[in-house]
Amino acid sequence: MDLVRFEGFSFRYKGNEVYALDDINLRIEENKFILLCGETGSGKTTLIRCMNGLIPQFYSGFYKGKVFVHGMDTINTSISNLSTEVGIVFQNPENQLIAMNVEHEIAFGLENLGVPPKEISKRIQESASLTEIEHILDKAPFELSGGEQQRVAIASILVLKPKFLILDEPTALLDPYMAKKIITLLKEIQLDRNLSVMISEHRLDLVIPFAEEIILMKNGRIIEHNSRDNVLNGLKFQNLKLNKPVIYTIFKELRKRNLIKGNIPASIPAALDLIKKSQHE
Amino acid sequence: MMKELPLIIIENVDYIYPNGTAALKNISLTIHKGEMIAIMGKNGAGKTTLIRTLNGLIRPTAGDIFINYENINMKSIAELSQKVGLIFQNPSHQLFANSVEDEIKFSLKNLYQDNEELQLKTDDVLKSFNLEKYRERSPLNLSGGESKKLAVASIMCRDPEILVFDEPTLGQDANEIESFITLIDREKRKEKTVIIITHNIEFAFEFIPRTILMAEGQIIADGPTHNILNSIFLTERSSLVLPQTRQLSLALSKEGFQELTNITSRHEITEYLMKILENKISKIKEE
Repeated sequence: MDLVRFEGFSFRYKGNEVYALDDINLRIEENKFILLCGETGSGKTTLIRCMNGLIPQFYSGFYKGKVFVHGMDTINTSISNLSTEVGIVFQNPENQLIAMNVEHEIAFGLENLGVPPKEISKRIQESASLTEIEHILDKAPFELSGGEQQRVAIASILVLKPKFLILDEPTALLDPYMAKKIITLLKEIQLDRNLSVMISEHRLDLVIPFAEEIILMKNGRIIEHNSRDNVLNGLKFQNLKLNKPVIYTIFKELRKRNLIKGNIPASIPAALDLIKKSQHE
Repeated sequence: MMKELPLIIIENVDYIYPNGTAALKNISLTIHKGEMIAIMGKNGAGKTTLIRTLNGLIRPTAGDIFINYENINMKSIAELSQKVGLIFQNPSHQLFANSVEDEIKFSLKNLYQDNEELQLKTDDVLKSFNLEKYRERSPLNLSGGESKKLAVASIMCRDPEILVFDEPTLGQDANEIESFITLIDREKRKEKTVIIITHNIEFAFEFIPRTILMAEGQIIADGPTHNILNSIFLTERSSLVLPQTRQLSLALSKEGFQELTNITSRHEITEYLMKILENKISKIKEE
């Protein structure tokens, strides 16, 4: 069964005449690492809000079509039930952290679901170990650095054991090293837990090397959803005003000059392999 | 010819937060008129604290700052903000008026006492920043990109000599980054001094000539951006990553090709790769 399925879904926010999402048809499968990208205002955050029922249950507006999470219609399933299937970490983790210390923060969701205390502490240990925050469990959220806050936000969602983890610009506030560390960690979590991860991100060079699929959005529509290499080598990606990785522009030029054949590489090791292969041909 | 004196002189500046945390430790720095500078470094390195000392939002606990040869320690924030325009990372931190038009009018109020003149200038700013259609809208109801544009307009309309941006490319797509580059280019032609805090390695590498690198409240390097960002030692120390051009050059050197240690553009490495692929360059050491 699909983790999430959109069927002809459109949505416009109350007071706005333009549809933020326009006729979305989308299927998210299990165990995938997905990059969601598009120009600013293309509808990425609105799409994410539909995946745990925040739209249409929390944000008012007009909608048509359906969204299903693991077969459940998001219109009549409670957000708390949907949150155990789909966990979302929003743009600014600071806004998401509310408890007095990190341990309570992680326990909060489980307590609300009535999980027994023994199970809660077992799950906290698991999530804290996976996100490498065991040493800060007794700290207050405001004492943490940006990278630590981001990892706490991820841990407090992971503890709910969602099958689908979504992050809206998770690296926006982080320095490049910490940003890379967080994306690498998310890939490890995806493989370790066999879940699907979707990241909406403007720093494409960080996520592309890990992504299996890419979803491209423009003006509230999904204009392409395909394997990473198919998207990277297509015209739609080329024509969108995205922050394309430097190696993408370099290898596009080399391909134009017929010096390389095949797909544009998605990472530095892949770029090196392609150079070696092209040299021997 | 005598070299022009620096526009900004920062001398042995410390800043210690009331809880005892030292955010700036003995910072000394000079910046000349018309320079464009990046301030980079890991989260918590003191970058934002440093730029806030420039318009008096934070007063150093020790040391002096001179702008145009005047010590700014005794100047009010209002006086300093005519000279130093600070554009925050999050535009909602600086927008508070009821409408887009009022936001611009508020910024210009001190400069234009005559109401008619104030209205004319406001119209002019709204037009040049393409904000006319949002004139009556509340800043709270603008999209992220539009509110960032309004924040920039409300500072730049006062025409400050020094422009300071905190993470201007954050969450921006390529179109918006291009418009930002056009904007700072225009200001540079007017001999404005532009200081930009950024985590965006590739942006700094391509567009900003000088970089100041900070770690733990100190300046650990100050020099040409290419030299700093191509350095493995410095990028590792300050939680940055190498630009992709340098990463590619390092990977090639591991394959036996000559290492390009100070690449200055993507064209340089493209040309190098072309030569390798056309077999015009051979390995310096065989596998």
